[in-house]
Amino acid sequence: MPTEASLPSTAVPAPAVSRPWRGLLFTSVLCIAIAVVLTVLDRGGFGTKLVYSFAIGLSCWAVIDGMRIAVNGLVRRARRRRGETPDGPDFLVGWRGMLPLALLAMLFGPPLGLTVGDALTGGRSTSLLQFGATSTRLTLAFSIIGTLASVFVVSTLERLAAARASAERAQRVAAEAQLRLLQSQLEPHMLFNTLANLRVLIGVDAARAQAMLDHLNAYLRATLSASRAVQHPLADEFARLADYLALMAVRMGPRLQVRLDLPEELARLPVPPLLLQPLVENSIKHGLEPQVDGGRIDITARRVGQQLVLAVRDTGAGPGAAATCTDTSGGFGLVQVRERLATVYGGRASLTLQAAGDAEGGTLATLHLPLS
Amino acid sequence: MTTLPAPRCLIAEDEPLLAAGLRADLAALWPALVVAAEVGDGASAVAQALAWRPEVCFLDIRMPALSGLEAAQALAEDWPEGVPFPLLVFVTAYDQYALQAFDAQAVDYLVKPLDRQRLAACVARLQARLADRAPAAEALQQTVAQLRTLLGAAPPQAGATRLTVIQAQTGNLVRMVPVDEVIYFEAADKYVRVVTAEREHLIRLSLRELLPQLDPAVFWQVHRGTVVQARCIASARRDDSGKAFLSLHGRPETLVASRLYAHRFKGL
Repeated sequence: MPTEASLPSTAVPAPAVSRPWRGLLFTSVLCIAIAVVLTVLDRGGFGTKLVYSFAIGLSCWAVIDGMRIAVNGLVRRARRRRGETPDGPDFLVGWRGMLPLALLAMLFGPPLGLTVGDALTGGRSTSLLQFGATSTRLTLAFSIIGTLASVFVVSTLERLAAARASAERAQRVAAEAQLRLLQSQLEPHMLFNTLANLRVLIGVDAARAQAMLDHLNAYLRATLSASRAVQHPLADEFARLADYLALMAVRMGPRLQVRLDLPEELARLPVPPLLLQPLVENSIKHGLEPQVDGGRIDITARRVGQQLVLAVRDTGAGPGAAATCTDTSGGFGLVQVRERLATVYGGRASLTLQAAGDAEGGTLATLHLPLS
Repeated sequence: MTTLPAPRCLIAEDEPLLAAGLRADLAALWPALVVAAEVGDGASAVAQALAWRPEVCFLDIRMPALSGLEAAQALAEDWPEGVPFPLLVFVTAYDQYALQAFDAQAVDYLVKPLDRQRLAACVARLQARLADRAPAAEALQQTVAQLRTLLGAAPPQAGATRLTVIQAQTGNLVRMVPVDEVIYFEAADKYVRVVTAEREHLIRLSLRELLPQLDPAVFWQVHRGTVVQARCIASARRDDSGKAFLSLHGRPETLVASRLYAHRFKGL
């Protein structure tokens, strides 16, 4: 069963960073404040000052956010036309993106605002080209301060929102990875076949049934906590593999032979929990189970220079069989191991899969982990 | 009415304890039933069933060599004329697609771990079917129809791309064989024979792996081991056993379409 398919998709909608109403709200508050300050300084009518303040403020806002919405809309359409996903990164976001827009706003906002204000109040303002006039200086000074303050606040809000969205996304990806790990380890076919064997054993050999139940307990407990613990000693890793293989040995009978070799001096080295489990499962599922006579699994740990070398080898069908196998979960196990190696060790660990180059045949999977 | 001889069964299960468990449960629920053969893989299941001709076969779905479904297919194709076809019971731990298909079918299935009551119901059903046994040919027809549905219910291979050229290697030479020149493919152990009008090649691939890469409208499966390009079939002659014999354009030999696939050759 392709269990991955049933998981929710990791696609998260692009964070809605450019929310026009935020800028609009802030601009309105700023406009009222400027109108109040101007009324105090100039002792004119508050109503008229409010109208002009809003006209200029909203013109600046319209230039900034209008341009942003228009540019991002065009970018999205272009992406869609090229067959890409439209939800790429937005343009003109943050300080650097918004500064050119702020300059445009300072250039076009005040004259536009004055024109609108004149139209609304029926008054006639001094032309902004008369730089000597006090009203021009005040208008320009407040427009520049207002625009810069507005750009600063909006870009800060956007940065915070983007950081929150990316933290949420990271958390979701981590939770999904954990769920996938759990699903792959609690494979229903394995679980129900084990229970079926246990059911038979209870009737014929109660002592062996108890031993099998102990192995199953240890295996389940390790599986459920593996997604939490970061590292455990190599000896524990081998003990959990031994539990799993003991379960499989009851099921497969003489078709499965196992050799575990862990040198005493390596027993305490830390490794990510159940890292080898998918490799051992692959050996059973794609290597030994398809063989009528079964075969043997060897699991070994060695120290080579500054590296810990872990190997899982089977005498089964060989790596070609797994690659062409109709069941895709084998490939999924390897992907999962590689992902975990990359997360824990960066580029310093590797996994190779090859034909075991001797007379017994089968597959050899080798892990190289850094010792430091 | 004469007393029937004791019914016999075959158990195909690759896990020894489970086979022993099923045998013990059957002994308790159906003492008259004789276990004629117990095998651990699909190929032996086919061979032993053909040799012993039991009345009932318990087939595990996941087995080495041949799956339970593939074994059933082989039995339906090779079962001798006039002998009652065995009642098939599939056993599975967790194979959703198979279960969904069985639900609509009269063949029984069991889910592991086997539950005593469920097994008892299965035994009762088998006993009723054996007592009221339909004529052999009719039973086989029924099973063939069921298997057709089951095989059709297997999940389609995702992401398979269609082959256009087959690369057949002999020594250091790789021959490029356009797929539309292939008259038929025939399974030969772990290989597939690729037959064109002029020559034949062996490729190291099983028919199971090759099938999803062929266009099913162009290449017809006519037997578990044979896939023919439809336009190369000159004529089909059906016989009483339900098989059909196909003569070809460009090849002198005759191919056999098995009971499972011969229904494709009907006059319009």
